[in-house]
Amino acid sequence: MTRYALQIDQLHKTYDNGFTALKGISLKVQEGDFFALLGPNGAGKSTTLGVVSSLVNKSQGSVKVFGHDLDKELSQAKCLMGVVPQEFNFNMFEKVQDVVVQQAGYYGIARDEALRRTEQLLKQLGLWDKRNEASRTLSGGMKRRLMIARALVHKPKLLILDEPTAGVDIELRRSMWEFLTRINEQGTTIILTTHYLEEAESLCRNIAIIDQGDIIKHSSMRDLLKTLTTEVFVLDLKSPLAQVPEVPGYRLQLVNDTHLEVSITQGQDINGVFARLSDAGIQVTSMRNKTNRLEELFVNLVTSNKTDLQGVSA
Amino acid sequence: MSSYEIYIAYMTIVRKEIQRFMRIWVQTLLPPSITMVLYFIIFGNLIGSRIGQMGGFDYMQFIVPGLIMMSVITNSYGNVVSSFYSTKYQGSLEEMLVSPTPNWVILAGYVTGGVARGLAVGAIVTSLSMFFTQLEIYNLGIIVLVVLMTSILFSLGGFINAVFANSFDDISIIPTFVLTPLTYLGGVFYSIDLLPDFWASASQLNPILYMVNAFRYGILGVSDIAVGYALLVISAFIIGLFSYCMYLLNTGKGIRK
Repeated sequence: MTRYALQIDQLHKTYDNGFTALKGISLKVQEGDFFALLGPNGAGKSTTLGVVSSLVNKSQGSVKVFGHDLDKELSQAKCLMGVVPQEFNFNMFEKVQDVVVQQAGYYGIARDEALRRTEQLLKQLGLWDKRNEASRTLSGGMKRRLMIARALVHKPKLLILDEPTAGVDIELRRSMWEFLTRINEQGTTIILTTHYLEEAESLCRNIAIIDQGDIIKHSSMRDLLKTLTTEVFVLDLKSPLAQVPEVPGYRLQLVNDTHLEVSITQGQDINGVFARLSDAGIQVTSMRNKTNRLEELFVNLVTSNKTDLQGVSA
Repeated sequence: MSSYEIYIAYMTIVRKEIQRFMRIWVQTLLPPSITMVLYFIIFGNLIGSRIGQMGGFDYMQFIVPGLIMMSVITNSYGNVVSSFYSTKYQGSLEEMLVSPTPNWVILAGYVTGGVARGLAVGAIVTSLSMFFTQLEIYNLGIIVLVVLMTSILFSLGGFINAVFANSFDDISIIPTFVLTPLTYLGGVFYSIDLLPDFWASASQLNPILYMVNAFRYGILGVSDIAVGYALLVISAFIIGLFSYCMYLLNTGKGIRK
């Protein structure tokens, strides 16, 4: 029987100012999953995670964490969750070590054990040398890692990350991906929101896309990517080209004299293009996707959802 | 959470709160000490020597209990309002809200922090007053009880202020426009026997009057109000404010979205 780390059923949220952020969303995240919750700004991602982490009061619906209903067993549910919010939300005047040790205290972990776990996490996240410094003196990337250490100190089974790599340089981002992949492999379920779709595509196995308070897509990453009917590749050419070569069955377009765009539809393969270009004496030095595949799908889904809603309101 | 885990969570908040006001002692412990020394010099020595006796005691002896209470009140209130509002403002309150720490433990932790600062400042001011007058203890039990209850009451008041505050201005409005006038009119500097009947009766609506007089009773053995009645009034305020704080925490007003 499938065990769910998170079950959201018909969740509604209307704020005091009348704005409806969630219009009855339902969502299931399996235990052990690495799950992406994507959506444009203001779509309802942070509100959803806010309700799950009990920082936002819901209007209607139910939320269960490992089967514990937030309305009935909030304390048990909280013990199983670790939350890394979008904004830095630790006391900037506290020392790095104290931020993590105090969080352990709020979960009832004795100080000796809290200090031991803090040392372990700060070392893993490359912050041990900074342990006695005021947290406000850390760089943006270090602050993000501090929030991850803080969220993990009570060993949660579900880790919720709201844009954990926002504003983090690429090298650090990749090291954070490795760290998150490792803890996911060790059994921690991870739910992630991000605007870096490359991040979601490379890390997550399942995905939900939320837009204007509704879930507009909820599937596995593999199934979602399969729905992409056309992929556009950019080929870097060794020598400049004056005109687009003729390749029957394929759509080609020159971006500039050394870059050629090739559209591949589902069922086609790219070998045919290479063969024809090679016959024509055109040498390709490298190739890349024009846009991230998930990005392509994401934009299509959100755009068609907006069009549908405009149609309904018209 | 087990009771041991709850105890750890409570002690975590208390430790954090005490470390906070000790770390910034120049802002938290020093100013009230200097202010009270100035009160002792100006009102006690310079003006007090011309006033003579009040309630059967030197004016200095009469005002010292009130001034100690004044420092306990303003510091326990100020500690909780500034600490809890800063926590809310910086967002670090979320650290506690996402954890399984029960709401009453969060409240108890902050109140204990406020009581600790109130007692610390009260002890400093009491020690300083020894340089100006001789304090004799009439009833130690009443002194301890009244100081504890008063600091609990005003810590709860500070908590409510912090919950509703939306800016740093909001945390100074109540102390400036409500707390200070009530303290000055709460019998710190005079006996209400000196007031006309109407104002003497009106003064009885001021809760600080009961605390100042109960504390004065503990030190000097005199009070404008029956001590038992004063303790009852303070207890009623504590129960009322505690219930309201719990209501705010449980509903998330001013804390959760």
